[in-house]
Amino acid sequence: MKKNRTIKVDYLARVEGEGGLKIRIKDGEVKEVKLNIFEPPRYFEGFLRGRLYSEAPDITARICGICPVAYQMSSIHAMEAVFGLKIDGPIRELRRLLYCGEWIESHVLHAYLLHAPDFLGYQDAIQLAGDHPEVVKAGLRLKKTGNEIVNLLGGREIHPINARVGGWYKIPPRKKFEALLEELKWARDAAIDVVKFTSSLNFPDFERDYEYVALSHPDEYALNEGRLISNKGLDIAVDEYEEHFEELHMKHSTSLHSHHIGYGAYHVGPLARYTLNYEKLSPIAKQAAQEAGLGTACYNPFKSIVVRAVETLWACDEAIRIIENFEMPATPWLDYQICGGIGHAVTEAPRGLLYHRYRLDHKGYIRTAKLVPPTAQNLRTMELDLHEFIPPRLQKSHEELTWECEQAIRNYDPCISCSCHFLKLDLINE
Amino acid sequence: MSRTHKPKLAVWKFASCDGCQLSLLDCEDELLAFAEVIQIANFPEASRAVIQGKYDISLVEGSITTSHDAERIHKIRRQSKILITIGACATSGGIQALRNFTDVSRYTSIVYANPSYISTLNKSTPIRDHVYVDFELHGCPINKYQLIEVCSALLHGRAPITPSHSVCMECKRKGNVCVMVAHQTPCLGPVTHAGCDALCPSYNRGCFGCYGPKETPQTSSLAKKWKEIGATNDDIVRAFRGFYSYAEPFRKESEAYEEE
Repeated sequence: MKKNRTIKVDYLARVEGEGGLKIRIKDGEVKEVKLNIFEPPRYFEGFLRGRLYSEAPDITARICGICPVAYQMSSIHAMEAVFGLKIDGPIRELRRLLYCGEWIESHVLHAYLLHAPDFLGYQDAIQLAGDHPEVVKAGLRLKKTGNEIVNLLGGREIHPINARVGGWYKIPPRKKFEALLEELKWARDAAIDVVKFTSSLNFPDFERDYEYVALSHPDEYALNEGRLISNKGLDIAVDEYEEHFEELHMKHSTSLHSHHIGYGAYHVGPLARYTLNYEKLSPIAKQAAQEAGLGTACYNPFKSIVVRAVETLWACDEAIRIIENFEMPATPWLDYQICGGIGHAVTEAPRGLLYHRYRLDHKGYIRTAKLVPPTAQNLRTMELDLHEFIPPRLQKSHEELTWECEQAIRNYDPCISCSCHFLKLDLINE
Repeated sequence: MSRTHKPKLAVWKFASCDGCQLSLLDCEDELLAFAEVIQIANFPEASRAVIQGKYDISLVEGSITTSHDAERIHKIRRQSKILITIGACATSGGIQALRNFTDVSRYTSIVYANPSYISTLNKSTPIRDHVYVDFELHGCPINKYQLIEVCSALLHGRAPITPSHSVCMECKRKGNVCVMVAHQTPCLGPVTHAGCDALCPSYNRGCFGCYGPKETPQTSSLAKKWKEIGATNDDIVRAFRGFYSYAEPFRKESEAYEEE
């Protein structure tokens, strides 16, 4: 096997957005890993200036067609922070329900259509369906269950329209939620099978000592609210985020790279949430995780597919709980007084934490906006994974190694459209 | 109609959010049947496998914002028998066309610490400004059932059935109470292309035009009506400068109120 080589993937497949990967290996050592993001910049933070606060949920949703709910939730919570509005009770429960719908839809999309084909040696899920139609059909049905929630409560699955500052434009009648229950109960059972199935896959022997960062809440598996914590001692309020994390602009990327000041790269998403908030999962999700041999912490990024399955199961369970306890709020939204100020929010997008900060003038117009998507926070960690992953595997064929490097990136379900920005593999062996 | 080969489909991305191509994967009930009659030959979001062109259908998502992309779209056109643009970005320039009303370098310095690393065009433009487009499917996001209808119609050589009337018509047909008449809520429904099944008015909010202008939209009459119910000039400018800001009727109306 050559000692010097280049692994190059021009256009990374099965990720959302446009990026490439270039890895340079010299004398058996990984000299350089560049996740090359060439997704063209779209300037959301620029044109949000001068828009009214109420437009931010609809505008920022367009950053990402896969996780629009996350953008709507973070922007709404940030605006409510400016107005001093605190949402509790049924309106808050329904926000959790909408987010559960997005988690199910997005996690199943990734696990079945984007990630599972790697483990099973298929180019895509359509090929996989050729040999195992029942598996793919069940996956699509499960994904649809998540989308049905977003459809009902949000109005449509991509760029939903019903969430607003203060609550909802309109809350559908109770019976429409109850109509989802039967399928959700099927989905919860199906998700138990997905946890089993994903835990039977072959995982590369690979672990790293990550700094995991996630939102954490004393009473629940955090989605919308809580403190930011890490396994390395971080414990801060959401509005302290920028004192602890900063973004660097790299030449090879139209995305910004985040790092934890004084610590370096960190890891957000399902593995971080699972490891930090395991105790808050529902009993059924914990049981499935234990039967899958996951333990209460997981440091192998390839096993993120199992953790996504566990979170899917949890989200089905949580959605059932919310619907079974559904109470119609007195009004679909709470009134508030528009005022100026700065508002911060972090919510847990399927891929990890999504930070928004806005400064409003006294009439509610946006003066400045800052958005930090989950993929930008994981980019450096993805590159560092490859620095460690490749050296013990240099005896593998070029094709096999290239595929595994791509898979290592897909572990993060990177959303490059979000991070601004597409993935392409350039593996250089000098 | 009998075929001796499966038609080949390719999906291409330019500046966009991925949502419109995701619509294809969101066809949970139809995806496998779709893949039985159409060969998904080049769809990087879904597959590593790339089958070379020529493609019977190319679906193009996203707008042109870089000089590299302005060249890439010509190569795609040459490889495609039928080219369909999907969504607001590909058909009008999208939300990122808001840069077209300002100096883009101002935005670059707001978003990026090292603006010199970023190369971008001054304007975000629709695909039609660069190459011939066989069919434009509107929406932010598109309606997935319309996407299947357009693909199957064009493969069978017939015109797609995608009504070009207004959201207003869809509302009447659904029996919705008019949000503008009953609640004085500003609504773009009278000038917006149908396709969403009057989604926002069905949820008690005004339409914000995410399917773009309908054919022959009376934007100036609507803007006058908005003023009567209390909208400011700035409200009107921002309403027309949303997801279809660079579509000509919306652009002109927004400019009219900006100049006043």
